[in-house]
Amino acid sequence: MRHTISVLVENKFGVLTRIAGMFSGRGFNIDSLNVGPTLDPSTSRMTIVVKGDDTTLEQVTKQLNKLIDVIKIEDFHDEEIVERELVLMRVNVNSETRAEVMQIGDIFRAKIIDVQINNLAIEITGNESKIDKFLMLMGKFGITELTRTGRVALARKSN
Amino acid sequence: MSTPTKTTEPTTKSATPDRGVTMSGAEILVECLIREGVDTIFAYPGGASMHMHQALTKREDVLKTYLPRHEQGGVFAAEGYARATGKAGVVMATSGPGATNLVTGIADAYLDSTPLVAITGQVPRHMIGKGAFQETDVFSVTAQIVKHNFLVMDVNDIARIVKEAFYIATTGRPGPVLIDIPKDVQIATTQPIFPTEVNLRGYNPVQKADDAALNEVIGHIKNAKCPMIYCGGGIISGEASAELLEFVERTGIPVATTLMGIGCFPETHELSLKWLGMHGTVYANNAVNEADLLLAIGVRFDDRVTGKISEFAKHGTIVHIDIDNSEINKNKVVKLPILSDVKYALAKLNQLLEKAGKPRVAKGFNAFPDWYVKIAAWREAFPFTFNDTEDVIQPQYAIRLLYELTKGDAIITTGVGQHQMWAAQFYDFDKPRTLLTSAGLGSMGYGYPAALGAKVAFPDKQVIDIDGDGSFIMNVQELAMAHVEGINAKVMILNNQWLGMVMQWEDRFYKSNRGHTFLGNPKKIYEGSLEDPTGIYPDYVKICEGFAVKCERVMHKKDLAAAMQRMLDATEPYVLDVMVPYTEHVLPMIPAGATYKDVIYEGRQTLKAGDGL
Repeated sequence: MRHTISVLVENKFGVLTRIAGMFSGRGFNIDSLNVGPTLDPSTSRMTIVVKGDDTTLEQVTKQLNKLIDVIKIEDFHDEEIVERELVLMRVNVNSETRAEVMQIGDIFRAKIIDVQINNLAIEITGNESKIDKFLMLMGKFGITELTRTGRVALARKSN
Repeated sequence: MSTPTKTTEPTTKSATPDRGVTMSGAEILVECLIREGVDTIFAYPGGASMHMHQALTKREDVLKTYLPRHEQGGVFAAEGYARATGKAGVVMATSGPGATNLVTGIADAYLDSTPLVAITGQVPRHMIGKGAFQETDVFSVTAQIVKHNFLVMDVNDIARIVKEAFYIATTGRPGPVLIDIPKDVQIATTQPIFPTEVNLRGYNPVQKADDAALNEVIGHIKNAKCPMIYCGGGIISGEASAELLEFVERTGIPVATTLMGIGCFPETHELSLKWLGMHGTVYANNAVNEADLLLAIGVRFDDRVTGKISEFAKHGTIVHIDIDNSEINKNKVVKLPILSDVKYALAKLNQLLEKAGKPRVAKGFNAFPDWYVKIAAWREAFPFTFNDTEDVIQPQYAIRLLYELTKGDAIITTGVGQHQMWAAQFYDFDKPRTLLTSAGLGSMGYGYPAALGAKVAFPDKQVIDIDGDGSFIMNVQELAMAHVEGINAKVMILNNQWLGMVMQWEDRFYKSNRGHTFLGNPKKIYEGSLEDPTGIYPDYVKICEGFAVKCERVMHKKDLAAAMQRMLDATEPYVLDVMVPYTEHVLPMIPAGATYKDVIYEGRQTLKAGDGL
């Protein structure tokens, strides 16, 4: 089972080392990890996607909490969050396929951000299933480069 | 569901911060240590830390610096000081090799929850990351073996960081904290502000059980027929021995401690079953595993205690009280987890028992008569025992004799291995902080420097390192610190010329094939003759002579008592090199990963290679 954990941390030297090290040292696997600033410059927010059963999750949460630089943890279940991922990719095109790629992109509300004679750079934002579907469709044309942000999440209800 | 799990309240109450005069970073550090009440530091200088040593020389009147001869000796000494006192031990080393030599001790303090503040010099800020002379990224190296660590990049942060370091090291579940200070930060000057409060929004060490959970514990006790207490180092760190004793004397529940918990409950008490685990008493292991209610207090279900975890205490209701939330449900999922300071929980339970009309008695326990009978039968059938000999000194005999001659009134430290287990088995500990041993990490070489640290803290107490020949030589250089500083700790080496515990496993699991476990001189093997010491290697009497430390070798049992008394009476460092046979095994033994029913109590039965871990 996959969980999305949102971790508010002190924006201090070495905090990523501590968290990444805790995961490897305790034998937990990270699916994706995203770090960014928050409104408060003294904190950062990490969104971590972890695979594991409830026991693993309980330990991940407790071990994270034990770190002095971790301020607050939220463990989200899927229905309680809005989650998004941003993907940039380069897709092969030629004069015959260019229109089709752009058309599919339109349906998915993707953006063309760079145009070359034989490829297009595309930006797409969405939840995991949307992105997976889009990647599957683009795969047919040939994806030559790809970069994903990993998941970022926000609770549906503010507390 | 979102679960906010940390509070953001300030952790101590405020007074006005105190502004100092202009001074260097190194001077601020020393001033902060003094303000934290530190009077002892073990420190070995080098290029990146000498500026701090210069500052130390100016405050020698209130903060005494002890010079170990190896940084590992320094950190183990600081641990010994900390374990004996409950205060944070403080150690300092230079960058690079100085810092990496601390690593074993820091890892040791982490696993045994010892409050430790380690200070390291670092190369100047502009040299960091350049592969400078004696540069190691000690922040990253230690990140996974500390409770917390700091790299100080601004001289104005030193005072706050030192305050936080001591607070983190000593509160909640104690542990090691490292402060890495670049040399130019030590030299830079500022007018420091000494904070009077700590404000760490991500750290709340105060945990108190709620009454409902504690009432539930009382309910479980009421329904139990054969309850047991399994308690550990948390009782000692939590200073909860008095509360535990009262709790036991109100409830009549028998007690088994872990190795870390030895001394937290008097082992001479009639409800003490001594300690449990791989080499613990058969009766403690039987009782804990067959209990219908197990109160696990200040423990972490370590594999050396539980053996096969799924089989451990599987018939009983388990209550787990601990201050570290991450220990709860980590190794063993329990029926009733209680996150609490153990001193608070036990005191509160005692109040509830008082209200429930359970008076405290010191003897004549009758709460669980059938259970007591069962335990008494195990106790009778399976005491700690050994085959004594006429003239050859058995290691167990030597330890028992030491117990008798000291009347149990001593601080004992150990190395790691067979002698460590025998010390725990054959010496009875009635007070907390009297057995200092590397339990979690199992660091050979711990015993002697730890004894020096404890002796510095308690100069009027008898402090004795019961050591093995293998462990002792790992920090033998600290004979110099002992002699030069006049630290009158004693050593009893149980010298069998072998790496005994590994050898025992070779006997058990590898058909006695020897894999480099002989520590003597293979060109001239000492065969165990009591008349001819030729071949004993190394010659500890001569080694000690070089360090100007008195040392006596004892071969015959008849000579041991007098020699031991000379050691105890000595007013200077003293080493007693006791020759013992290498053929002894530590028993009982529950092989790793097995259950209490698989215990080996006597004999030399051989298991197949690959069993256990």
